[in-house]
Amino acid sequence: MNLRRLWAIMVKELRQLRRDRVTLAMIMGMPILQLLLFGYAINLNLRHLPAAVADQAQTSGSRAAIQDLFASGVIELDAQVQTPQQLLDLLRQGRISVGIVVPPDFERRRLDGREALQVLVDGSDNVVQSAAGQLAQYPLNQPDNFHARAITPISVVSFYNPERRSPVNIVPGLVGVILTMTMVLFTAVAIVRETERGNLELLITTPVSRTELMIGKVLPYAGIGLLQTTVILALGVWLFRVPVRGSLGDIYMAASLLILANLSLGLLISTRAKSQFQAMQMTFFVFLPSILLSGFMFPYAGMPVVAQWISELLPLTHFLRLVRGIMLRGADFGDLWHDAVALLAFIAVMLTLAIRLFHKRLD
Amino acid sequence: MTDIAIQARGLTKRFGTLVAVNAVDLTVPRAHVYGFLGPNGSGKSTTIRMLCGLLTPSAGTIEVLGLSIPRQAEQLKRRIGYMTQKFSLFDDLSVRQNLEFLATVQGLSRHDTRTRVDELLLRYHLDDRQPQLAGTLSGGQKQRLALAGAVVHRPELLFLDEPTSAVDPESRRDFWEKLFELADEGTTILVSSHYMDEAERCHRLAILDNGNLVADGTPRDLTAKLQGRTFLVRTDSPRRAKQVLDTQPGVLSVAQIGNELRVLMTDTHPNADLLRGKLAGVGADVDVQPVEPNLEDVFVVATRRHASQQEQPA
Ligand SMILES: Nc1ncnc2c1ncn2[C@@H]1O[C@H](COP(=O)(O)OP(=O)(O)OP(=O)(O)O)[C@@H](O)[C@H]1O
Ligand SMILES: [Mg+2]
Repeated sequence: MNLRRLWAIMVKELRQLRRDRVTLAMIMGMPILQLLLFGYAINLNLRHLPAAVADQAQTSGSRAAIQDLFASGVIELDAQVQTPQQLLDLLRQGRISVGIVVPPDFERRRLDGREALQVLVDGSDNVVQSAAGQLAQYPLNQPDNFHARAITPISVVSFYNPERRSPVNIVPGLVGVILTMTMVLFTAVAIVRETERGNLELLITTPVSRTELMIGKVLPYAGIGLLQTTVILALGVWLFRVPVRGSLGDIYMAASLLILANLSLGLLISTRAKSQFQAMQMTFFVFLPSILLSGFMFPYAGMPVVAQWISELLPLTHFLRLVRGIMLRGADFGDLWHDAVALLAFIAVMLTLAIRLFHKRLD
Repeated sequence: MTDIAIQARGLTKRFGTLVAVNAVDLTVPRAHVYGFLGPNGSGKSTTIRMLCGLLTPSAGTIEVLGLSIPRQAEQLKRRIGYMTQKFSLFDDLSVRQNLEFLATVQGLSRHDTRTRVDELLLRYHLDDRQPQLAGTLSGGQKQRLALAGAVVHRPELLFLDEPTSAVDPESRRDFWEKLFELADEGTTILVSSHYMDEAERCHRLAILDNGNLVADGTPRDLTAKLQGRTFLVRTDSPRRAKQVLDTQPGVLSVAQIGNELRVLMTDTHPNADLLRGKLAGVGADVDVQPVEPNLEDVFVVATRRHASQQEQPA
């Protein structure tokens, strides 16, 4: 490998990119837009969720507890009903997002320290579900304060979606999703475009080697991927107070692994696709399962076994485990080494395949 | 070092059932401008790509600059320049950036890159276009840039695939001046073309038709073979005369040029009296004169003969 040639290819790629307004706009616009969309939705829906109450105890204690819940502003009273069954009906009809059941033996349960309130949630909506999760943490004031426990325990029963997700989960996930979408597409298209325009016929008649060509085309995009990561993280921390509990170095390491995995996948696609359109189709063929099966949308644990196998093959799955572990739980690479190894293996396989399948020939 | 630049034997390329190039034998001497003529789809580009090592031949052997192709294609790539039929430089880089990129990729040092690019910009009249994007150049300017890009590393052998399509006659003449300059410096040039005036300028040329090599030699040799078979017919009613002649056996082709007809006969007893007799019914003042054959005639004979051979049952 000749470094001067490699450098020439990288410079050429960056110069072309600078003139490509649409791609430039996508690079920065997409992460910002997606982040704002997700973030905006998270913030808005946390307030004024329509709720109904079935107060079967009708004691002063139960009424005070309910009032406290509504005082949080997260939920808003829509209806008073008699039985939990009626709450379920309203939930199913979509008229309310949250139902609160006060059992007839509310006072007794509270004294025993058992779960005294039940919050029924429309779990098909992630945001509602996480909001209810917050409700469950809400400290209820005790009307008469001679009990040892200051908090009335509330149990949250989530319907339709057993895993409780917090909005904080979304930002680290978004880093992975955006990198998956842009990195694969950019590289796949970058090489196929040269084939389409006829540039490749010129390039392969020069002494440029396959490795120089592939690495030279891919490295600039790796830089762009890191830039995108920085933008999403910075906005996530600044706008939505996403915690960064692990080390920043580890996060960038994980991001680099995902970027390289996606770039090598993009290269592989570029060796097979005949046109830019085909390259895009193939990218989305990979992108869709990444979104659906990686654990970004639906929890891994809830998937059928076959889906879990597929999930294990996707780089995004391993990145999500890494980045959530590092950012939210403060884990490091030592704890999550098998996901890092999985990504490395993916990179090795894809790169080898891509370089083998790419020939400096036209047939 | 031998004085043969390209030697191909039995060169064949199949795309599925289509035979794009069929058992072509080719010998190109060094420091020659070698022309490659043939109608659309006759296999010119395919042959050039095989000679560069970009396509793998279905059969046959190739030796270029003493290297066996496609096995030693990588070694060859340092020593050849290739100007593709379609403009293949980067539309979204400037003229200067394109040349600098190619120079670096071809292994020129930083200093050599700068001086060589300056030199090429001057030589190919592009120095006032340096910052312009290649995609916005005119057709002729693009061709000059592509040629400059192909010779940036001073290759021994240059493949030019229809370098002057879409270029006005003046610029074409200019372009050919540059080719002869390169040939004088010792560069071997293989150039494909549709233009007869360009073919005329080549030291040697080969005519391809339907993937077959149907004629090759110097322009003089090729035209000499047709001596005595071409006639010029002057008449008041060229259209009627053409209709009459078109159906006559022994007449290979009739082309109207203004008010004159250029008639090409098959090689069995061509003679002016025969034509006069046949045209007797057309009008009183028919004048038939023998003329010197040109390469267009060579081209017609070569491509016709092959077609008629194919029509005959085996
Ligand atoms: N990759 C390919 N796949 C299938 N057929 C091909 C391919 N490349 C060329 N051909 C066919 O091979 C034949 C020769 O094509 P080629 O491009 O060599 O012609 P050419 O002489 O360069 O024509 P032109 O003067 O139009 O450039 C054509 O019939 C063409 O359709
Ligand atoms: Mg061609």
